[in-house]
Amino acid sequence: MAKAELPLHAPGTQLDKGYIGQSVPRANAQRLLQGRGSFIDDLRFPRLAHVAFFRSPYAHARIKRLDFSKASKAEGVIGVFDGRSVAEYCTPWVAVLAHLKGIKSPPQHAIAIERACWQGEAVAAAVADSRSQAEDAVARIEAEWEELPVVVDMDEALAGKRVIHPELGDNICFKRELDTGGVDEAFATADVVVEDVFHFGRHTGVCLEGRALLADYNAAEHSLTVYHATQAPHMMQDIFSRHLNIPEANVRVITKDVGGSYGIKVHVYADEMATAALSVMLRRPVKFVADRLESFVSDIHAREHKAKVRLACTSSGEILAFELDDLTAIGPYSVYPRTSGIEGNQVVNLTGGPYRHQKYRAKMHVVFTNKNVTCQYRAVGHPIAVALTEGIVDLAAQKLGMDVAEFRRKNLIPDDAYPYTFPSGIKFEKLSHHKSLNKLLQLMDYQKLREEQLRLRKNNIYRGIGLAAMIEVTNPSPAFYGVGGARISAQDGATLRLEPTGMLTVMCSVTEQGQGTEAVFAQVAASAVGVTLDKVRVITGDTAVTPYGGGTWASRGAGIGGEAVLLAGRALRSNVLDVASQILKADKATLDILNNEIINRLTLETRMPLAELGRVAYFRPDTLPIDFQSELTVTRHYTPRQYGFTFTNGIQASWLEVDPDTGFVRLLKHWCVEDAGTLINPMLVDEQIRGGVVQGIGAALFEECLYGPDGQLLNGNMADYLVPMAGEMCDIVCAHLETPTRQSQLGAKGVGEAGTAGAPAAVMNAINDALAPLGARVTAMPFTPQRILKALGKV
Amino acid sequence: MKAPSFAYARPGTLAEAFDLLERHGEGARILAGGQSLIPSLNMRLSSPELLVDITGLAGLSGIESLPKGLRIGALVTHAQIERSPEVKRHAPLLAQAAPHIAHPAIRNRGTLGGSLALADPAAEYPACAVALDATLVIAGKKGERRVKAGAFFKGLFETDLRPGEILAAAEFPPADKAVFVELARRHGDYAIIGLAGTQAASRKRFVFLGAGATPILAVNASKASSLEEAREVLGKDLDPPADLYHSSATKLHLARVLLERAWNKL
Ligand SMILES: Cc1cc2nc3c(=O)[nH]c(=O)nc-3n(C[C@H](O)[C@H](O)[C@H](O)COP(=O)(O)OP(=O)(O)OC[C@H]3O[C@@H](n4cnc5c(N)ncnc54)[C@H](O)[C@@H]3O)c2cc1C
Repeated sequence: MAKAELPLHAPGTQLDKGYIGQSVPRANAQRLLQGRGSFIDDLRFPRLAHVAFFRSPYAHARIKRLDFSKASKAEGVIGVFDGRSVAEYCTPWVAVLAHLKGIKSPPQHAIAIERACWQGEAVAAAVADSRSQAEDAVARIEAEWEELPVVVDMDEALAGKRVIHPELGDNICFKRELDTGGVDEAFATADVVVEDVFHFGRHTGVCLEGRALLADYNAAEHSLTVYHATQAPHMMQDIFSRHLNIPEANVRVITKDVGGSYGIKVHVYADEMATAALSVMLRRPVKFVADRLESFVSDIHAREHKAKVRLACTSSGEILAFELDDLTAIGPYSVYPRTSGIEGNQVVNLTGGPYRHQKYRAKMHVVFTNKNVTCQYRAVGHPIAVALTEGIVDLAAQKLGMDVAEFRRKNLIPDDAYPYTFPSGIKFEKLSHHKSLNKLLQLMDYQKLREEQLRLRKNNIYRGIGLAAMIEVTNPSPAFYGVGGARISAQDGATLRLEPTGMLTVMCSVTEQGQGTEAVFAQVAASAVGVTLDKVRVITGDTAVTPYGGGTWASRGAGIGGEAVLLAGRALRSNVLDVASQILKADKATLDILNNEIINRLTLETRMPLAELGRVAYFRPDTLPIDFQSELTVTRHYTPRQYGFTFTNGIQASWLEVDPDTGFVRLLKHWCVEDAGTLINPMLVDEQIRGGVVQGIGAALFEECLYGPDGQLLNGNMADYLVPMAGEMCDIVCAHLETPTRQSQLGAKGVGEAGTAGAPAAVMNAINDALAPLGARVTAMPFTPQRILKALGKV
Repeated sequence: MKAPSFAYARPGTLAEAFDLLERHGEGARILAGGQSLIPSLNMRLSSPELLVDITGLAGLSGIESLPKGLRIGALVTHAQIERSPEVKRHAPLLAQAAPHIAHPAIRNRGTLGGSLALADPAAEYPACAVALDATLVIAGKKGERRVKAGAFFKGLFETDLRPGEILAAAEFPPADKAVFVELARRHGDYAIIGLAGTQAASRKRFVFLGAGATPILAVNASKASSLEEAREVLGKDLDPPADLYHSSATKLHLARVLLERAWNKL
């Protein structure tokens, strides 16, 4: 059989995969490096207006009076608006999903009306000829406030003495319980029980490009074009349409270059909805680019969990059961439309994930607080679940006096146990935990490292090794959002068109956020059709052009979008061969496409260039049989369905040194072995892993949104909020296994979040390994010098 | 984060600069490397009417050897100090400190004068200037005056500079030995705490940054005859203010660690 008909991973075959598996450079890198990218802030329109928002200085306050008289008269001002006036054009939303039973949240408006519920919530908007003038106008808005009591602490929120939204009855947004049964028995009979409480700081994803959009309403046709730095153009098209009451067909969302997203840009933001509404109100284009200071108080935050976890095992080290109690705070609103219940839900789903125990009980509460909202950020829930699991697993190994690698080997789900159903109900198609562990130990030379560690301890040098096995949700099926009623597409589509010149145009609904999606699609398309990479042009991010789809999130771009491209490519290839067989009067089965030419499949001799085929098909179809019509544009879609999610697995290791005098942590080396299924572009995969690891290290060592007792964000700027920087990072060694998913022809599982999922746990375990001889242990991220010094009893 | 509008002037002579500063009074601000001032404008923390850019003034740049020490013009950048062989030879403390200041792009523009005039308590140069007992040369309409570094730093972001004056240079006497150490969680950040230590004629001087409103000369620790004693009495010298991530007690602990490290190098 020819390559076009087989899955790329068909057993027992040696297929030519073309560009798939090659580290070819990405086509857009040159344009971006030459400064010729096109980000929202690069766009210049006639009559373009700029908006700046007046944001609440209080975490919780009633708006008694807003006075725009001075602001309206400021130079260049077009208009100043409050929540009521914008609400006439934009309806509020409530972020709940039917499958998260009992989840509740109050309606949220584009601009707050009557009351601000967090410091930074927009309560008025000033539109002017320039951003600077809009900011001048904002400074002239006068407001009178009545401060309300704030709820900032999670436990206080749960206890519910003060309720933020009285109409909801309590501060609980969502809760979930899960029990396989038999947990109490397992703990009662266990030889060893370990228990600990872990804290995860609230942090945020700092994108190189802030959130940005330019909304351009055209009153003549009641249409809205939004240039939007988003991960989900079709979702936003639907949302702009429904909340601004413009027919969906009249709304077009265009996503050009995006400077990083990490989940930050997949949500509905009130200020962005307001910007679109203002464009409709003013009948002119309006631009909003969030600056750094407002990003910190308005981009979604994430994490902020406190969780107690217990593990029961036998004296020989066999894990019997896990028990979890997680508490997480999300700010005053569940975020639309994905809700803020998902991260906690993931923690419940994934804790204990790599191991083969069968008993599991979990309890989880998501509570409202008067802080900025939180929602899905790269690796949603995974960093928490992995750190809880791996932290308690290390503690159990320590208590048993077992080597941590051995303990894992004993308990990881065997590589031949698949398909496998985990106690939380999730199903794994095929994972490779043991192969990954072996590869990691070899890669890092585990034994030698342990010897070095012991040797150095004699000189009072405290180094630690931390391991973190993980599973990662990728390629979600409609079970993730769609079944809950969210209009978020789990399917994606690709259109491929052979141009008259033999060029190949690819249009895909998955977007490019800077991670190289377009490069990957070009590789898949070129390989599937049989053209060279230089012949391929990829278009993404335009609801008027590409097929309908979900966009970029949940490590789904390559696995779902890539599969749609592959299927479309194969169909196009077949159509091209139909045309060739007509022109050449040859049996289709004897023909193939290679390097932009129709060739004889057996002899490989050239029959005709694709450019010639294109000329005939488009300009001289009169020379083809009267009943033949060439079809050189093909669209295909793909939805993962057999499993709720495709799962990847991997394992990370961290090697670091703790200075017991200063509490400083110096990273020495980091390893990640990941099984992402079919690798399309290993270089891009490695960079995804490395970037993800660095974001995970940020959570472990640096990043935390610090709030005062009054709900004020204390470090909302780039000087005080510490993102990880190159100077503190170490080499990150990546290695791969390829266990393709057999749900798709391509077999790619996804890789965008794996690094972030496992790194915090690896770093935590390494720090605790280093501190162990000193009798100290830390469990609250980020591990600041002060926290480590406290654990050491030095301060 | 767009600066409010302001006027800009780039005088060619000191006389012109003094004239502008006098005419605009409170509304005028001196602009040197702009690495502190421009961010503060963009964050709308200040809104001067006029920026008087002094980078066109002759006589404020250059590194010059003196019979005893080194004179460094106010406009000399951090990068120039970092790379200067004269600084390495005659004021090695500054050469050690410069790489800790921010990042290369900022060091390329930021100036010695700007750093001293700003008087950020966590900045490196003010502590070095006090440790070396530098003399600051201040130019004013009526002429030049000279102030010892110890008297120049008066409070939080507060110096002895009077309205209309320009810091022209700093003169650094030599030291027999010098050591600069600091702790910052990320390279280039303002330090949690830092220490500029010198020894001249077997007299030690330990000056801490990030330990108070100004550079703090640890009087007792500097006089101590043993490390143990110095560590002990440092508690009398310092009462460091907590920052976002570190309590006062943590900073004092870290100060003791630095003291020990510096002591062992002097
Ligand atoms: C990201 C970042 C990190 C930084 N990290 C550090 C750090 O770790 N350590 C550190 O020390 N600094 C740090 N800085 C600040 C940097 O060193 C500045 O360059 C320096 O503080 C000010 O010098 P400047 O020439 O840029 O002054 P400007 O910003 O131009 O001016 C600063 C102030 O001094 C006044 N001024 C300037 N020159 C004179 C003069 N000759 N006479 C009188 N008044 C004058 C100005 O009016 C203004 O008030 C950092 C800056 C940034 C942006």
